[in-house]
Amino acid sequence: MTTKNTLGKAAAVVLMAALVSACSSNAAKEEAAAQAAAERAAAEQAVAAEAAAAEQRAAEKEKAMRMAEKREEKRRLMDAASAAGSVFYFDYDSSTLSDGARAAIDAHVALMMADGGNVRLEGHTDERGTREYNLALGERRANAVRDYMVASGVPSYKVETISYGEENPVAYGSGESSWSKNRRVEIK
Amino acid sequence: MLLRVSIIVFGLCFSFNALAQLEIQVTRGIDNPTSIAIAPFAWDGLGAAPEDFAQIIDSDLARSGQFSPVSRRDMLSLPTRAEDIFYRDWRAIAARYLVIGRVSKDAQLRVEFALYDVERGIQLFSSQVVGPEFEARMIAHRVADAIYEKLTGIQGAFATRLIYVSVTRNPDGKDFYRLTVADADGQRPIVLLEGRDPILAPSWSPDGKEVAYVSFESSRPAIYRQVLSTGAREQLTNFRGLNNSPVWSPDGKSMALVLSKDGSPDIYLLDLATKQLTRLTRHYAIDTEPTWMPDGKSLLFTSDRGGRPQIYRYTLATGKVERVTFEGRYNARARVAEDGRNVALVHQRDGRFHVAVFDLITERMTVLTETSLDESPSIAPNGSLVIYATKRGERSVLSAVAVDGGVKFSLPARSGSVQEPAWSPMLFSW
Repeated sequence: MTTKNTLGKAAAVVLMAALVSACSSNAAKEEAAAQAAAERAAAEQAVAAEAAAAEQRAAEKEKAMRMAEKREEKRRLMDAASAAGSVFYFDYDSSTLSDGARAAIDAHVALMMADGGNVRLEGHTDERGTREYNLALGERRANAVRDYMVASGVPSYKVETISYGEENPVAYGSGESSWSKNRRVEIK
Repeated sequence: MLLRVSIIVFGLCFSFNALAQLEIQVTRGIDNPTSIAIAPFAWDGLGAAPEDFAQIIDSDLARSGQFSPVSRRDMLSLPTRAEDIFYRDWRAIAARYLVIGRVSKDAQLRVEFALYDVERGIQLFSSQVVGPEFEARMIAHRVADAIYEKLTGIQGAFATRLIYVSVTRNPDGKDFYRLTVADADGQRPIVLLEGRDPILAPSWSPDGKEVAYVSFESSRPAIYRQVLSTGAREQLTNFRGLNNSPVWSPDGKSMALVLSKDGSPDIYLLDLATKQLTRLTRHYAIDTEPTWMPDGKSLLFTSDRGGRPQIYRYTLATGKVERVTFEGRYNARARVAEDGRNVALVHQRDGRFHVAVFDLITERMTVLTETSLDESPSIAPNGSLVIYATKRGERSVLSAVAVDGGVKFSLPARSGSVQEPAWSPMLFSW
């Protein structure tokens, strides 16, 4: 009995040991599996990150290209505006925009729509007539340019007008050759 | 922004004299000016006399064009008291009238003077003018005023002042502006404001103690008022658009001015005490250059509501607007004489811009000038002369012409341009 008991005990121990060893071997397997899963996940993550990075790089590249295009477009618009000139001339006692002036202002409008910039329009007259009436006439000229810009889509708050009347001539001396240069609106 | 408001202290502005000084040249007098001799005045004070009083009076009367003063070199005697006068000395040099005088000084300067009719050998008038020594020149001008009035029946306007804008070109090619006040003979110029930004439309308060003007110093036009004696100034308007043409009402309580904040330029009334702003005209055309009728009940102004600039009248009580000028394509910047009848304005004829006088009663337009780029006429407070700016080459110079077209003189500056003259009202205090 004792032996049987002992044997039984031994058997139980062996069984336990086997069980334990079986258990321990299960845990190791699980650990390995988990590790593998983690490795897979990491690998997947790495792939995903790689993909995301690639996507971002692509996006950045595209953005940079778009910016470059925009810059290019803006440069083109600036060139066009600068080629169009920033001074528009008027007939005597008139605030009517010439076709040439309209085309030139169109170039400035395109630039303003692209870059959202503000402008200051300075109206001027020649020396003939009275100074205070000429201030009003210079304002009327600046307003004619402003109204054309606003009609072309520029928000009115982006256009400031000011008149100097006959106070700031670019050409001194009396005569039509000077006067025609002074009857103007300047974009600043 | 280069800008300085000068505190005005008489006699402390020598540095500006060379630049702002005007010289007077009579270019046309009347046919038979009256011969008058102003004997040098006696000086009863210590040291040298502060001014050559007789010389100042002499120049004033000569500038009127109505008198031809006798040269001191031709005088045979130099009396300073009645008992020293020998009429034959003056008849011999064909002087029609004689003025003698004495100047004494205690706390104030006292100029005693008398006017004699040489032909009849009698004294016509004697009087005295008393004032502070630093106003010695003004005291002399008042003596000239009294003599002028006695002989012509018209109040003299020699003891008055001018404000004007002088413009000089800096070496960098930029214009430099100075708002200057000077005596009516161009002497004693004092700079009120200077800087690189345009100054225009100066006008006087009716008491002659303040000026209003437009300055672009804030990079936009704004209206300011400034006290002459202290230099203290106040910005009155700084609206979007035009802020222009400030003119004091005759009672000094309000100012008519031009704003375009509500669209097109219109005439507004600013109550100077409450700062309340009332819109007077309401038209999509240009309404500008207001000027008060002397009774303060209506304003004249320039409007192109008829297609071309013409003078219109606005009546305050009714708000009614009526057209005043019809002759010519361009009539602008009116200024009304104290008589409420003569209106000086800029009138275009044959493409040239002249100063003309329009008579509100007969509706007659009389062109006073032959030059072609005249502007900014301003009438002397006695109604006798119109001062205005005109072009001489590339420079603007001041000229004056009698309202009756007779006398004419110019006031060129030594350098630069002078423009926008405004003649002060009669000045009753020093």
